[in-house]
Amino acid sequence: MELAIDVQNLNKRFGDKHVVRDLSLRVRTGEIFGFLGPNGSGKTTSIRMLCGLLTPDSGSGRCLGYDVLTQSGEIKRQVGYMTQKFSLWDDLTIAENLEFVARMFGMSGRREAVDRALDDLGLAGRRNQLAGTLSGGWKQRLALAACLLHRPRLLLLDEPTAGVDPKARRDFWEEIHRLSAAGITILVSTHYMDEAERCHRLAYLSYGSLLAAGTADEVIAAQQLATWELSGPGLTGLGAELRRLPGVEQVASFGALLHVSGADVATLQPELERFCHAHGLALERVGSTLEDVFIRLMQHSPDPFQEAS
Amino acid sequence: MSRSPLSRFSLQRWLGIVIKEFIQLKRDRLTFGMIIGIPIIQLTLFGFAINSDPKHLPTAVVMAEASPFSRAYLAAMQNSDYFDLVGSVASEREAQRLLDRGDVQFVITFPAGFQRALVRGEQPALLVEADATDPVAAGGAISVLNKLGNEVFTPDLPGFHPPAKQLVELRIHKRYNPEGVTAYNIVPGLMGVILTMTMVLMTGLAMTRERERGTFENLLATPATPLEVMTGKIVPYILIGLIQVSLVLLAARFIFGVPMLGSLLLLYAVVLLFICANLTLGITFSSIARNQLQAMQMTFFFFLPSILLSGFMFPFRGMPGWAQAIGNCLPLTHFLVLVRGILLKGNDYSLLWPQVWPILAFMAVVLGVGLKTFRRTLD
Repeated sequence: MELAIDVQNLNKRFGDKHVVRDLSLRVRTGEIFGFLGPNGSGKTTSIRMLCGLLTPDSGSGRCLGYDVLTQSGEIKRQVGYMTQKFSLWDDLTIAENLEFVARMFGMSGRREAVDRALDDLGLAGRRNQLAGTLSGGWKQRLALAACLLHRPRLLLLDEPTAGVDPKARRDFWEEIHRLSAAGITILVSTHYMDEAERCHRLAYLSYGSLLAAGTADEVIAAQQLATWELSGPGLTGLGAELRRLPGVEQVASFGALLHVSGADVATLQPELERFCHAHGLALERVGSTLEDVFIRLMQHSPDPFQEAS
Repeated sequence: MSRSPLSRFSLQRWLGIVIKEFIQLKRDRLTFGMIIGIPIIQLTLFGFAINSDPKHLPTAVVMAEASPFSRAYLAAMQNSDYFDLVGSVASEREAQRLLDRGDVQFVITFPAGFQRALVRGEQPALLVEADATDPVAAGGAISVLNKLGNEVFTPDLPGFHPPAKQLVELRIHKRYNPEGVTAYNIVPGLMGVILTMTMVLMTGLAMTRERERGTFENLLATPATPLEVMTGKIVPYILIGLIQVSLVLLAARFIFGVPMLGSLLLLYAVVLLFICANLTLGITFSSIARNQLQAMQMTFFFFLPSILLSGFMFPFRGMPGWAQAIGNCLPLTHFLVLVRGILLKGNDYSLLWPQVWPILAFMAVVLGVGLKTFRRTLD
């Protein structure tokens, strides 16, 4: 299988903060690869290293066949990078923004490309509107159109759906899947679990280290986490008590339900049965979700501040 | 009717705000530096450096005749502290060149037969040519010179009873600006001041604005190179600078009637050099500054000495050596000499080099710092 991204042991430090450590990543051509992790886990830094905005301190690898350390110019030409924060020019109009980007990539047939992008966006009628006056969802669509303008082979999307309403989010993911079907490789970072499940494969990053990678099912299976659903009257006050039971790793509320998870089934199962019996609750074993797994990964990853001191 | 407790002044809230301001001030090193630095700079400059009655003005002498009397006169000039004799030149032409280049402020010419005429009471004429482009700079020295003749020669010439008559007739030629119009000096100078302010500030903001708004990241993600970005951002401001200069020149010509003796083409060439020097500094500021406010503060920090130490506001030669040394590092100092030279003295290109190279050197140093700190990536 052809790899769009193939990097080994990338490291990046800012001062004494080790932001990305030994990151190795393989993304196949044409797939949608989800990049997950809590805030400050090094997702943005990793993406910036992949598209040549940051130079890794050490490590090696290739992006679209180009060396990430020495050929950032070639990589930039074939990568579309959408920043986390809207970073087009607020004081330029929609059309002017697109034209500027087209010029930066030295595109021929600039006018046609911009017109086509405006039509695709459904913004042809508002081409002279200042980009700064657009709503969050439209800004996001404009940003996507801008980074698709030069027909990149790889899209790097850094939390593209932050602050976007559910309808726009769904439309956005439809678009992502269309692009993937057209052969474009997409690496997308996100916080949202439903978005993670829409990706072909995932990687989970925490405090700069890659903790898990694979399809959603593989990631879940690898953690060997068991989850039970508790329901019944008077659940609200029982969370703290449940957490103290041996073997319990997480307790999470879902409306009137509680999810209790832990890896040690042999200890946990009898404890929970006893507890539910005592409080008159119903107990049911359910499948662990990605969220359960990610929270477990977060809890088990080393704390960078402890390590720094 | 009792007042609502919310509207009462709470010492705790108030203290909270005071403490927060102090903490933020402490974190903002540059602002903190300015708070301390600006009073110190201003005190030093106004207290020690600035002197509107400059002394030790460089003076050249053309001696058609060397006699004890002329030497006595020169010694007295030197003793007055207003004149520093930089040497004696052979010809009037050479003296002229020194004056044009601004190397000397005065040229004193002793005529042939000076001593004889003096002894005979014929009131010989002493030619004093003063560079009056800045009328203030020469004023004090000239008034001293007026008194000097009788003081020096009276003891040596018994039989004369001052102040009945002046022993020496002083013929003072105020060169370049005979009427002593301050506008002739100020208006060309303003050109430099305006350019310094706007060019440094505008470019300083241009890059930090991109960084602050996050659009810089987008720019870096494109294949654009640092050189393309830097020079591409500079060009519009060169144009703006040239428009500003043209406006000042039009006003100088038609409102203030400033003479324009030299070549306009040459003037624009010099202006272009000066604009580039300031833009280089602005771009360098913007690659060092983290936000627009810092870029503005840096500009201000540079602008203050530029205005005070360049000879724009106060005579350059009135400043002590250390202040002149700082002034000599600033491009505005040299630009002022160039512009006044071209407009008021009609200097041609052959006289420009002594002022051009310091500006070039300034640019080279600043550009070096700028390229070193320019962040090609987001590292």
